Amino acid sequence: MDRRHFLKGAASLGLGASLLPYLKVLPASAATSETAVVVFGGTINSLDIHRSGTNRDSYQVAINCYDRLVTFGTKTLDDGSLSYDYDNVQPELAESWEISGDGTVMTFFLRKGATFWDGKPVTAHDVKWSFDRSVSLGGFPTVQMKAGRLESPEQFEVVDEHTFRITLPFSSKLALPDLATPIPVVINSEVARAHATEADPWATEYLHRNPAGSGAYKVARWDAGQQLVYERNEDWKGGALPGYQRVILREVPSQATRRALLERGSITAAHNIPNKDAKELASRPDIQVVSSPIENCIYCLCPNLDFEPFKDKRVRQAIAWAVPYERIFEQAAYGLGVPTWGGSKTVDDIAWPRRSPYSTNLDKARALLAETGYKDGFTVPLSFNLSHADWAEPAALLIQQSLAQIGIEVTIEKIPGANWRTIALVEKRLPLHLENFGGWLNTPDYYFYWAYIKGNLFNSSNYNNAEMAKLVDDTLDMAMDHPQYAPNVKRMIELAQEDVPRIPLWQPTLNVALTNGANGYQFWFHRQMDIRSLKPA
Amino acid sequence: MSLALKARKVGLRLLEAIPTVIGILVVCFLLTRALPGDPAAYFAGPMADAESIEQVRRNLGLDQPLPVQFVNYVTDLLTGNLGMAISTGQPVVAELATRLPASLELTLGALLLSFLIAVPLGVMAATRPNTWVDHLCRFLVTAGVSLPTFFTGLALMYIFYYLLGWAPAPMGRIDMMYLPPETVTGFYTIDTLIAGDWETFRAAIAQMALPLITLALFTLAPIARMTRAAMLQTLGSEFVRTARAAGLNGRRVLVTYAFRNALLPVVTTLGMVFSFLLGANVLVEKVFAWPGIGSFAVEALVVSDYAAVQGFVLSMALLFVLLNLLIDVIYTLIDPRVGEES
Repeated sequence: MDRRHFLKGAASLGLGASLLPYLKVLPASAATSETAVVVFGGTINSLDIHRSGTNRDSYQVAINCYDRLVTFGTKTLDDGSLSYDYDNVQPELAESWEISGDGTVMTFFLRKGATFWDGKPVTAHDVKWSFDRSVSLGGFPTVQMKAGRLESPEQFEVVDEHTFRITLPFSSKLALPDLATPIPVVINSEVARAHATEADPWATEYLHRNPAGSGAYKVARWDAGQQLVYERNEDWKGGALPGYQRVILREVPSQATRRALLERGSITAAHNIPNKDAKELASRPDIQVVSSPIENCIYCLCPNLDFEPFKDKRVRQAIAWAVPYERIFEQAAYGLGVPTWGGSKTVDDIAWPRRSPYSTNLDKARALLAETGYKDGFTVPLSFNLSHADWAEPAALLIQQSLAQIGIEVTIEKIPGANWRTIALVEKRLPLHLENFGGWLNTPDYYFYWAYIKGNLFNSSNYNNAEMAKLVDDTLDMAMDHPQYAPNVKRMIELAQEDVPRIPLWQPTLNVALTNGANGYQFWFHRQMDIRSLKPA
Repeated sequence: MSLALKARKVGLRLLEAIPTVIGILVVCFLLTRALPGDPAAYFAGPMADAESIEQVRRNLGLDQPLPVQFVNYVTDLLTGNLGMAISTGQPVVAELATRLPASLELTLGALLLSFLIAVPLGVMAATRPNTWVDHLCRFLVTAGVSLPTFFTGLALMYIFYYLLGWAPAPMGRIDMMYLPPETVTGFYTIDTLIAGDWETFRAAIAQMALPLITLALFTLAPIARMTRAAMLQTLGSEFVRTARAAGLNGRRVLVTYAFRNALLPVVTTLGMVFSFLLGANVLVEKVFAWPGIGSFAVEALVVSDYAAVQGFVLSMALLFVLLNLLIDVIYTLIDPRVGEES
């Protein structure tokens, strides 16, 4: 987009010539009631969530610029902040839906009158093409679709222009919520097809730079490595019209700079600020800090069962008793988050994450260790991902000190972010490490599926338990009101607490700071900024 | 020296650079492959399974044996294709085209600024030893050497943006109110002037001021020191004494004889300082959210983005070859002896 077009676009929005001089009066703050400026430390590397290589930060384009069939409702948390509501699926492009008695056929009735940005009506053909694309391109989109039991194009059927049908191989409680994740977006298939080639049938090259959606915001400008400018789609039908006409998303790599911008009020919001800043800024009257506990996510210390001493359950338990939870929570989490230690031994409910029965008790740890063949201790490297050094480094040092007191000598190994995945999650060869898995779909069994089943990606501890495997297999697709559901999950929690292949440290928070009176921020499981709910003062 | 001779000399110097560049290509290719980490696994995303990782590997061409990869790389290179930078999702050529001018604008600007301050300062310190000018020079040199750039950057930002509010928000090359000028050179200051857009020019300068001063402080030290030392040396040399004895006036002795000779080591220092600056740029780019080449290269290295790293190293190598050439040419222009040799 060139300069003239950009300005013309602004003029058609009724800003035009009046916009620039007005803003020049306030050079220190570009943030106004029409324009929001959001800063973050990452970078957007694609506008197409299905493309291979698209990073996590880029998912927000799928969220803000595209619609899905369904979305989640909003709930108010105890501290007054807003969060998405996993238990409340709401219409987005689909006006309503029906699920057959056996739960295997889902029929969606599309909103009539919903159009793509170019004015073309959204039809079931677009939905079908987009869903086919997400299960065909491979990589993360395909894996995430599979989580909702959506694996092949044959499952998707166009009934008529405004009716779309999904057939599942078996009923699954994960199918509907999975449609509300950022992946199953609806793309303007006519535009995309026009730009598809023999070598690139899904138009990944075109959609990489040119989104074609029906969502609340369009991309007005993308200067890779610098900024993304969103402009509101005045004809959006998927929900209430967003508060800001234009949102400028700027990439500011230095945390100190982001904080200075925030304190000076030059911006509207800073996404994902560190706990230290969140704590220090919370007391300022002009800045609102929202710290939302990340659902279904726990920072864990993981002893690897392939490592000889950790094969003995008692050694793992001894470590769980030796972790200095309180101090880690104070010094690594700055007191922000939800404690996950010092709970009762009996599992009465299926709340997750929850307090484990362990707390810091070095005598108990020594006694347990003395029962094993390792009463004189051993040496073990403790690894963490350098990209998570802000919390992992202080936590690792505290664990090192504490384990030294029960005779376990810990050496600390820092692993660069690019290598972490291969070493820790694929090869699973780190004897003791810090891990941060969180599940998008918010059920405990989904967490156990990824982190406690042999071979699954986030089971970096190589935990292998036949009973756990059977329980998860039985429960993963089971409806949450099924009589067997709660007992199964309770048993999984009991096993996890008894075998401790993952020692929970705390449930982390996602911190967002808002200033200039902006409000309406809402936490989402995907941890990206959904700018649609932001409102000016 | 005749023009043809000079042109031939320059041509020969350029030819000499070819083996260097080829060597750099090979070493850089091998080094990036030797980096730990699996780019395919990284770019396939956090939840990808083995199958999709293999697919990404094929897309990246990393399933081929190394010699084949190298041949592909060189063939692409000859057609001007440096590949895709996966970490930013853009072709490497496009990234270099936008980011290199951003870095160069900052680097050259800082070099010019520090040259304009450091050379007079050095000359004055040398001609008036142990006066306040000399002490000021010593103070600036010590400060410039001992303060790391990211610290200077943050300190300047704290004072001029955070406390005083004089500087614009440190969010990149241009304030959000303005649109970048049409690209001609890629230097915003020059492009805005070409477009005749004074307001945007001022905005670009305002945005550049703090990072520029940060970098200039850092480069001031070696240039001022070198000028001072070189001036002291030439002022004490025999030809200056002869010139003075011959009754030439002080100004002429200082400028024509002493300064011109003292400039030679200063120009050499400039070349070296330029390479330090490109390194120091990385930190300053991070602090001021400057979309330059340094931060791009560091991010690419962290995620083992081969094409991006290779493109960066190659462009840097070419830049240095050109820079050395330029310095040699400047030498022939200012060194009185070079002209007389022929």
